[in-house]
Amino acid sequence: MKHWLPRAYLTTVYALLYLPILVLVVFSFNSSRTGYRWGGLSLQWYESLFSNHAMVQAMWNSLWLALAAATVSTIIGALTALALHRYRFRGKRVLRGMLFVVMMSPEIVLAISLLALFLLVGLQLGFVSLLLAHVTFCLPFVVITVMARLSGFDESLPEAARDLGASDFTMTRTVLIPVIMPALLAGWLLGFTLSLDDVVVSTFVSGPSYEILPLRIYSMVRVGLKPEVNALGTLLLVFSLTMLILSQWILTRSKR
Amino acid sequence: MKQTLLSLRGVSKVFGDRTVLDALDLDIDDGEFITLLGPSGCGKTTLLRLMAGFEQADGGQILLAGKDISHAPPEHRPLNTVFQHYALFPHMTVFDNVAYGLKMEKRPQQEIRERVEEALAMVQLGDYARRKPHQLSGGQQQRVAIARAVVKRPRLLLLDEPLSALDFKLRRTMQVELKRLQRELGITFVFVTHDQEEALSMSDRVVVLKEGVIQQLGTPREIYERPANLFTARFVGETNLFPGRLERVTDTSITVDVFGVHRTLRKPDFPVLEGQDVNVLLRPEDIRVLEPDADHGLPGKVVERNYKGSTLDSVIHLNDGTEVLASEFFDEDDPTFDYRLGEPVRVSWVDGWEWLLPSEPHDSASERLIDA
Repeated sequence: MKHWLPRAYLTTVYALLYLPILVLVVFSFNSSRTGYRWGGLSLQWYESLFSNHAMVQAMWNSLWLALAAATVSTIIGALTALALHRYRFRGKRVLRGMLFVVMMSPEIVLAISLLALFLLVGLQLGFVSLLLAHVTFCLPFVVITVMARLSGFDESLPEAARDLGASDFTMTRTVLIPVIMPALLAGWLLGFTLSLDDVVVSTFVSGPSYEILPLRIYSMVRVGLKPEVNALGTLLLVFSLTMLILSQWILTRSKR
Repeated sequence: MKQTLLSLRGVSKVFGDRTVLDALDLDIDDGEFITLLGPSGCGKTTLLRLMAGFEQADGGQILLAGKDISHAPPEHRPLNTVFQHYALFPHMTVFDNVAYGLKMEKRPQQEIRERVEEALAMVQLGDYARRKPHQLSGGQQQRVAIARAVVKRPRLLLLDEPLSALDFKLRRTMQVELKRLQRELGITFVFVTHDQEEALSMSDRVVVLKEGVIQQLGTPREIYERPANLFTARFVGETNLFPGRLERVTDTSITVDVFGVHRTLRKPDFPVLEGQDVNVLLRPEDIRVLEPDADHGLPGKVVERNYKGSTLDSVIHLNDGTEVLASEFFDEDDPTFDYRLGEPVRVSWVDGWEWLLPSEPHDSASERLIDA
């Protein structure tokens, strides 16, 4: 039995996964400008990143957009999931199926059709068009996350609440929503992440009035890799790791 | 005098094309412990859900203390439910679970705290108020569910197979506990179960249900000793059914031919004619197993013996193949009391302990059935 073989295999896989990220983080602190030569520790690229007004603006724009898109799609998605779970109605299967269509269809198709729609109704491309587009592709993920939680939901809980004197509304507020809260948070975080790093749909439906971060980065690297991008990448990495840890913490704490 | 608390008048319920309850009438007395007993699918849970308001009846009326509550939503009915799987709110502590109903009534904080503590003390969970439901055992969760339901001091408590998820020993303890609670609180209990032993040991009255129709309503003793029909006889307890034919009918007695043995018995309540087929119903404990050379009884041989501690249960095959269950108490004066398998015996019963039922169409009377 060769013990080193699985070990070497795993090391290679993980190296391929994480080495590029590690390189990015290390070079974000590199003072040398040209190429990938180590020129000593420095925070100058972070400085130049934050002194770049357009870059900071794009960062805020992206954050606001992600917040809005995640929140709107969580509200609509949770209500959709509840309706699909609780009621029987005509076209229920079609409605559920259509959610998967949105999720499975190539992003480029969604992007083109949304652009065509916005042009058709004469919507100015900018924040509103971006928000509508992002809510559209976040929605199925939220619905599916919440529905998964609801399928394991004890149907006698709402009945117990009603039995103890709660109206339908009070029951929803005090029992239903708290119980599905982890799924709502998970759905929200999923939407937030999806919105934050979307390029394809955003390329089509954004306008000059509202520039967002992924598009900004994309246009930056097209004319050569600047060291500021390394710094930005590191910041995004730290941000998403924080979000991930936070969501895991919330989920384990609220488990059962 | 007994007062009627809850009245069901011609209540019907249909799910799709299946009639679950068909024009059912039932009066529940104030303060009684009444059990709805039947196999799964007999409509007992539906009946409970109609009382609670989780389902709406398709016909008929439900009256609580004379007031029509047929269309009232569950939150407006002064009765509470203990659910089969407890249905405790997982995100709340034990205290908040029990306090939920009182908060809905907008009671003052002080009163809520006192009443919740009192309810928890009553189910011996005073020290568990700060725990979450998942930190409790099944039996403890069950107690919380009961405390949560009775803290509102309902007129009527509905219990939907509340003990079915507990193990045997805990179930026994909870049965005793529930009886004690019912006595102390003076609340009317409507208890749903498919366990006939549970029904007999706990109830003041038992409602035997089959396919949405009440088969019999009576005290546990009436149900067990004087079943109204073959279904009740077979569902409640173990039963030997012997086919018999009436040979002679007088004003007070009848003579029945059971497997060629002629017995003169008390005349039953239902109308009888000579030559009519009847069922002679005998519980295992009514059976007497005699020596093979006894001068009466049906000959057979022992095919199974089960030592049960206080009783010796045996299965005897009569010569024609009919199976007979016998359950005999140990005789302290006879230390050799036991059977060998294959031992020939005679089977008889104590006069007057039999119960007669008219034979029912499409029913093979000699068939031995064990409760579901």
